Amino acid sequence: MDRATFETKLFRVLRWVVIAALIVVTLFPFYYMLLLSLRPIDEVLQNPGRIWAGPAEWTVQTYKQVLTSADEGGQGFLRFLTNSAIVSVAATILTLLVSIPGAYAVTRLRFVGRRQVHFLFLAVYLFPSILLAIPLFVLFTRLGLRGSLAGLTIVYIAQTVPVSIYMLRNYLSTIPVSLEEAAAVDGYSRLQTIRKVVLPLAAPAVMANALYIFMIAWNEFLFALLFLVEDRNDWTVSLGLAQLSGGIEVSKTVLMAGSVVLTLPIVALFFAAERLLTEGLTAGADKG
Amino acid sequence: MVATRQSRSAPERPPSRRKRPLTRRQQENRAGLAYLSPTLIVVLVVVVLPIIWTIMLAFQRIRLINVRRAGVFGQYTLANLELVLTSPGFWSSLWTTLVYTIGATVLSILFGLIAALALRAPFRGRTFVRAAVLLPYVAPVVAVTFVWEILLSPQFGMVNNWGTRFFGWDRAIAFLSQREYSMSLFGWQVDVPMALLTVIAFEAWRYFPFAFLFLLARLQAVPRELEEAALVDGAAPTQTFRHILLPQLGAVIALLSVLRFIMTFNKFDDIYLLTGGGAGTEVVSIRVYEYLTARFDIGAAAAQALVLAAGLIVLLIIYLRFLAPRVEDEGE
Repeated sequence: MDRATFETKLFRVLRWVVIAALIVVTLFPFYYMLLLSLRPIDEVLQNPGRIWAGPAEWTVQTYKQVLTSADEGGQGFLRFLTNSAIVSVAATILTLLVSIPGAYAVTRLRFVGRRQVHFLFLAVYLFPSILLAIPLFVLFTRLGLRGSLAGLTIVYIAQTVPVSIYMLRNYLSTIPVSLEEAAAVDGYSRLQTIRKVVLPLAAPAVMANALYIFMIAWNEFLFALLFLVEDRNDWTVSLGLAQLSGGIEVSKTVLMAGSVVLTLPIVALFFAAERLLTEGLTAGADKG
Repeated sequence: MVATRQSRSAPERPPSRRKRPLTRRQQENRAGLAYLSPTLIVVLVVVVLPIIWTIMLAFQRIRLINVRRAGVFGQYTLANLELVLTSPGFWSSLWTTLVYTIGATVLSILFGLIAALALRAPFRGRTFVRAAVLLPYVAPVVAVTFVWEILLSPQFGMVNNWGTRFFGWDRAIAFLSQREYSMSLFGWQVDVPMALLTVIAFEAWRYFPFAFLFLLARLQAVPRELEEAALVDGAAPTQTFRHILLPQLGAVIALLSVLRFIMTFNKFDDIYLLTGGGAGTEVVSIRVYEYLTARFDIGAAAAQALVLAAGLIVLLIIYLRFLAPRVEDEGE
């Protein structure tokens, strides 16, 4: 057997080993999270190595405790969920409102300083967010924005706008200019062209972008910790969960229920949109 | 209306070097700036101004109590930098940051590459596997760090339970709280920085999907003819990879290295949530946070953050100058 045949056979097997390993490595922690959130805590402490529990043993007590409001002795995650949703949705919409015209300008329009803009964007990523946190902490305290969801939203917009512009720019540059010229001939103003010609064509990219921004905002932890920690009513889910873990009296299974509550919306959204996105993006690729 | 006003004032301006009509050019310039202005304002206010302010804070002795009095014309001093550079543990934390960053960057790209190669050809259920692979990257940090913590816990963690039960470990390993773990390897006693390695493994796990996405997209753009020709010539898969695929991937890998390096170097939340910076995992960003929240020393925190950013810039310049000639082809 020569080298080529041997390797071909070897990799045919190895490929499935890798795929199986990938599935285990990526999915198992999430499965374990879900499983632990459903098992009673004393049972977990006795048998930490079990990776299966039938529906008969399940308990939803953990979820009850996580979701009921703090006044009624729970952890009040419904409130945190609302806060996270408000911040993430606001950040997504506002970032898109800012970045779509920005991306259009960077792609299509020639203006003074167009090349220099990139250096400005680079600054966002070159400097650690902990560095931005110090002055923002002081600034927002003075403006009275610290401890408000609005302040946090502004930070998220600044953190996501540059990537958003890059992603959109890559897509916009594939749209033929002739379409826009045709629209201009028809008497469309530039804004009308963007709204009626460019945006519908760029819809998949805008969707992917929205998903990305939402994900960043929903998952963010550091700024939420710095700005919102003082008032429990303002906590986002990430922050609430981290604070919850600090208390010794909270059992690990409750912590896992909180993790599921935090993870579920983003994963559901991701799977729903992933399908939508790949169908749109890879429609032609499979036929190759 | 704007256009007519512009056309009237146009002849007075100096002629442009390009042959395009001046008015349209100016209008475009104006529209470009107008469309970009919301972005510019947000980035200036929330990113650029804070950076400048941090640089100023780094050279003033300011604590949280007197920060209100701090202004542009404060007392400038190098005391903070001196304090930070000579404080115990500074150099070791810089070293930890570097080991952590390089380890996580290399591993995440390597795993991403392996995953991309395995998932390249279509098979039944590929869409599902591809989505599953992205999960560690899209899931919230707080949730995934907690699962890791519980999985690795010495008391009730599954990993230690299985390790002692099935793999013959003589005792539970405190993955996240043990600085050194002495292990006998072929009769040699080796001290392993356990917590640091665990944190690196976590980072590789969480970010290999990022590398995977980029690499898979690039792999799928490689023309089939190249590989088919190699196949006809009797090339083995490793040879095809080495001589055909790898050169095609070079630019993406270089780009990924830079991106991942920057992101990991500045990373805060992953380590903060996993170990709190203990057990030999204290990276520089954790120290900044400590200065800020435990000592309320804003000046020193700012100086420390500045040192971090400066270190990153120096490393990037070295990388771009000497190690990555390919990145320049990527730029426009």
